[in-house]
Amino acid sequence: MSFLEYAPAPESRSILDLRDEYGLFIDGAFRAGTGSSFETISPADESRIATVAEGSEADVDAAVAAARRAYEKTWSRMSGRDRGKYLFRIARLVQERARELAVAESLDNGKPIKESRDVDVPLVAAWFFYYAGWADKLDYAGAGADPRPLGVAAQVIPWNFPLMMLAWKVAPALAAGNTVVLKPAETTPLSALLFAEILQQADLPPGVVNIVTGAGATGAALVRHPDVDKVAFTGSTGVGREIAKAVAGTHKKLTLELGGKAANIVFDDAPIDQAIEGIVNGIFFNQGHVCCAGSRLLVQESIHDELVDRLKSRLSTLRLGDPLDKNTDIGAINSREQLDRIRELSRIGEEEGARRWSAECEIPASGFWFAPTIFTDVQASHRIAREEIFGPVLSVLTFRTPDEAIAKANNTPYGLSAGIWTEKGSRILAVADKLRAGVVWANTFNRFDPSSPFGGYKESGFGREGGRHGLLAYLRSSATVKAGAQK
Amino acid sequence: MSKRLSVPKTYKLFIGGAFPRSESGRTYEVSSPDGVFLANAAKGSRKDARDAVVAARAAVGGWSGATAYNRGQVLYRVAEVLEGRRAQFVDEIVAQQGVSTAAAGAQVDEAVDTWVWYAGWCDKYAQIAGNANPVAGPYFNISVPEPTGVVAVIAPQDSALLGLTRVLAPALVAGNTALVVASEPFPLSAISLAEVLATSDVPGGVVNVLTGSPAEIAPWLASHDDVNALDLTGAGELDWVELQIVAAQTLKRVIAPEAGPDAAAPHLERISALTETKTVWHPKSRV
Repeated sequence: MSFLEYAPAPESRSILDLRDEYGLFIDGAFRAGTGSSFETISPADESRIATVAEGSEADVDAAVAAARRAYEKTWSRMSGRDRGKYLFRIARLVQERARELAVAESLDNGKPIKESRDVDVPLVAAWFFYYAGWADKLDYAGAGADPRPLGVAAQVIPWNFPLMMLAWKVAPALAAGNTVVLKPAETTPLSALLFAEILQQADLPPGVVNIVTGAGATGAALVRHPDVDKVAFTGSTGVGREIAKAVAGTHKKLTLELGGKAANIVFDDAPIDQAIEGIVNGIFFNQGHVCCAGSRLLVQESIHDELVDRLKSRLSTLRLGDPLDKNTDIGAINSREQLDRIRELSRIGEEEGARRWSAECEIPASGFWFAPTIFTDVQASHRIAREEIFGPVLSVLTFRTPDEAIAKANNTPYGLSAGIWTEKGSRILAVADKLRAGVVWANTFNRFDPSSPFGGYKESGFGREGGRHGLLAYLRSSATVKAGAQK
Repeated sequence: MSKRLSVPKTYKLFIGGAFPRSESGRTYEVSSPDGVFLANAAKGSRKDARDAVVAARAAVGGWSGATAYNRGQVLYRVAEVLEGRRAQFVDEIVAQQGVSTAAAGAQVDEAVDTWVWYAGWCDKYAQIAGNANPVAGPYFNISVPEPTGVVAVIAPQDSALLGLTRVLAPALVAGNTALVVASEPFPLSAISLAEVLATSDVPGGVVNVLTGSPAEIAPWLASHDDVNALDLTGAGELDWVELQIVAAQTLKRVIAPEAGPDAAAPHLERISALTETKTVWHPKSRV
């Protein structure tokens, strides 16, 4: 046994007490859907986990009606202090059931348990805890005195961080006094359904949060519903465009958190060991299923060869396999569809002339897997340098001067995130100023916190989630402030 | 003794700091409400709009890179120069809108005060809209507002000067550059304001003014890939839902139409609607 071979250390699934079939969570209770149903599977072995209802238009209508009733009769009339107490309860219940939620998330999504256990679920609790405290302090949020909630929020979330994306959406909405209808992603409904049980344990008033599982049609029905006042979507830029068109001309306030193709810029004076870890975390965290992933590595030409060599040797130590194993670094690709897309773009990368290298690792016989992969000799015109791959694939480009790095980094319709690695503080600040991206990580990458606003420039969407700014996305100001002349 | 013959002005477009005629060679007649001929205004074309976008894009770096103090002084200078030409603007508004001299004077005064109000925001806005964020870890974390880039504006159609000021000034505060389609019936004050801007140290290209038909020009701006935001405040009479749908293709930030005397009234949200929040993280060492 070499030092890299570990005995299996799987987290036990016995902590889960799953139902064989889940309905929709509407008006405080689970009910059967009126449409069809589908199976959610584990992407690590393609085994069935549970059968889940596919919300129909009638189901969406019932959920929006429940949310409207709860908004009018209960939630918008409740004191901020009491709304906050419910959110604090939810945060505590998430902490109490953290292990169970982490196991469910890794099972349904395929992400390594060490990530769901140490990143996703703790952030879920933190998000509710943070926004709980805002609920009775809205006058200080920056929307003027006595800001008002918007009403019913329609929220559609992706499969890459299922429960965390739920928390990012639900916590600020409720703190501001809105009620919610949330649609989890088709391939990862499980943790949202467990979350519904937590809402029952918290005794949250019926209808304040409704969870309608389903696929694209269910989400489309939800965002187009005429009685919705707010639409928040995280997902692809393509779907984001369609949603922006669908809400055009309506009163619905919109937050879109879409795709990215982040540049991770490494200057020749970077702290190289830290940078290697940051690059790995930037693109291989969560199998690269991260909208803000550092998928374009821009390396100063003079250190390119050394950096790529060290990166390859670091990647060779990553362990790919069972998401529930505590030693696993790289879990399963979330779906066959996504795996096909990663394979397709990687094939195109080779065809267009980039040089491919993949870490040698044993690929399990069943399930969806993709070895950590680096492309070198990538040109800015290559599709793997322009399109979001959303997988464990890094495209390496080079630059000579800081101006060239900035120009290349900004040469994308996206603008979600970026990274800078250099020991020179003044350069960090100057480069950060010029990067057209909503989040800039300097000498770190992929950090998230409920107090820190997150969201994109350009075609990565608009609106922010997290922090005070994230709260503003769910509030309207009650008064118009006139110009100084009138004051 | 004969009355002195006046010297009327040719009203042209304002693009990249210059006053060109429309490349299309087209003009349209501007008259007072009782039908008296006032001027032939340039009827801007698609090509003029595209030229204006190019000029606005080229000016983003300089204007957004200027210090907030500097931008504030320049916008205050606009107020000063506008105040100095008060009589000219009053005459123009009376001629175009057919309002009383008092009403026209009030409009100019409020426009001047609006420039002053927004000028003062330039070096304060980031302090109100930005944040230090207390993240749970050893990181310095700060959020700051930044300009969204190039803003295309359909100015209020029922006001010659104040409506234009109310949409233009807030767009400039954070460092955006703008191209604005002026009121179609009252375009003359917009071009005179361009003369004020040109003599107030506003760098060329930061503001570009098109006169003509908003219905004709707006769709080209809504679909333009290099426009970041679309302010439809004055587009209420157009098919603005379609414009918003077209703008969604490039995920532009869109401000919906507003009507009446309070349209685009001065408000902090006018500034923030045209900004992006950037959050920067940096680790702190263990010393």
